[in-house]
Amino acid sequence: MNNNEDKTLEEMTRDEKTHDERTLGETLRSQGISRRSFLKFCAATASMMAMSPAMIPKIARALEQARRPSVIWLSFQECTGCTESLTRSHAATIENLIFNTISLDYHHTLQAASGTAAEAAREAAMKENFGKYLLIVDGSIPLDNPGYSTIAGISNVDMLMETAAGAAAIIAVGTCASYGGIPHANPNPTGAVSVTDIIKDKPIINVPGCPPIPVVITGVLTQFLTFGSLPELDDIGRPMAFYGKSIHDRCYRRPFYDKGLFAETFDDEGAKKGWCLYKLGCKGPTTYNACATTKWNNGTSFPIESGHPCLGCSEPDFWDGGGFYKSISMPTENITKTVIYTAAGAAAAGVAIGAINRSRKNKAVASHSKTGIDDLSK
Amino acid sequence: MNTSATAHFNIHYGDELTQNVSPLLHEVKHALDSLIETGKTSIIDLRSIPLAPGEEDKILQILGRGEVQAQLYALGQSEIFETQYTGVWIVTHYNDEKDIISRFIEVTTMPEILCSQTEDMMAAYSRLALYLADEQKINESPSEKSA
Repeated sequence: MNNNEDKTLEEMTRDEKTHDERTLGETLRSQGISRRSFLKFCAATASMMAMSPAMIPKIARALEQARRPSVIWLSFQECTGCTESLTRSHAATIENLIFNTISLDYHHTLQAASGTAAEAAREAAMKENFGKYLLIVDGSIPLDNPGYSTIAGISNVDMLMETAAGAAAIIAVGTCASYGGIPHANPNPTGAVSVTDIIKDKPIINVPGCPPIPVVITGVLTQFLTFGSLPELDDIGRPMAFYGKSIHDRCYRRPFYDKGLFAETFDDEGAKKGWCLYKLGCKGPTTYNACATTKWNNGTSFPIESGHPCLGCSEPDFWDGGGFYKSISMPTENITKTVIYTAAGAAAAGVAIGAINRSRKNKAVASHSKTGIDDLSK
Repeated sequence: MNTSATAHFNIHYGDELTQNVSPLLHEVKHALDSLIETGKTSIIDLRSIPLAPGEEDKILQILGRGEVQAQLYALGQSEIFETQYTGVWIVTHYNDEKDIISRFIEVTTMPEILCSQTEDMMAAYSRLALYLADEQKINESPSEKSA
């Protein structure tokens, strides 16, 4: 029998609010998750966040008292790869333990509601949790023409600025939201920019990667829930726990680099012996990410372990780095700098931005080179 | 996760690429000394140390297996066993897909996760009390009817 049958809408709404007001520990216990399971989750979390195991009891105590946060997820110029990375994760029970205990009030790919009802949900979440909700953004924001990307008739930049106003913090998920990503690549036809190019008055965490490792996304959420604060960030806004060391620093092939043993082609003896992929274009030395230790597909491997150079996907302008198979010691083309837009100027800057972008496009066309067969067969 | 000795892209078991095996075992030795002398427990996260394919297997092989092993089923399986060096435990957590999500060397008399947790005991007490109350009601019912 449905217990809600005899309840009024008002009573059900009140019950739902009561549910939202529960601590994370209470929510987990109501789902039948034991304290042992929770400790196991905390141990895995400490491990993935590169925290000392001594932090496990502290994480457990803090998380148990955390409230279920409201989260609004906005998707702009993106491929949905970041959402796929998180929701298709095989480690369902662990990542989703956190993902399921947040109140995901708006995510236009995942939510059942559409059109007016979906936008009403976003507006209601913003109003009810003003100043407290977390805003997650994936995708870059086009500024050349607001019509390039809209949701419910609202331009990406307008929706971002409106939703960011009441956010406690913003997490830019993926390289597109963090640094412009592929839409921002030369010649940047839409004038794509990152969240940090537009929003200047909110704490922003960049979680780049194309896509980012799922546990990095949930790790950042866990950090926020655990300590109510943002993690320590590097100079381009990435959490140090995951992006503090280069792929090269933690690569198990590093000793081959130190000994000067390199694969020269993908099928030579060096490649077969698992030697360093630096000469095949590996961007590991200039790329900061957790792939080498956290790995992909639940710790199975990462690209270098599968015999392919790192593309450097968590770095700004990785798409314009001069060729995925070109060694980083070789000269690369000039990469146009990110144009900085201020939040105040973003909406009104169309004319100036158009001029800047035309100039940028001309420069980009001049410096742009395609990865050809020569690069691949080097 | 693949933990077999030779399956990773032609990197072989004996290669010892990072040279981290021996220093880590020395760390375990110091931790065991500290446990004996002061009772201080230690946890080493094997995921925090760069290890080449095969090196983790080598560490596990050297530590070996001792007298105690336990299986835990909580959000996926966990395997806990004491190594042949008493007081040195290997705790491996898996998810539902049987992939390793974390692995620790714990130097302690008993890993914390094996101990019964207060919150779970309180919930267990409530469940048992509820069961006994229900039983009592069922047992009382016939007499009430006859009365």
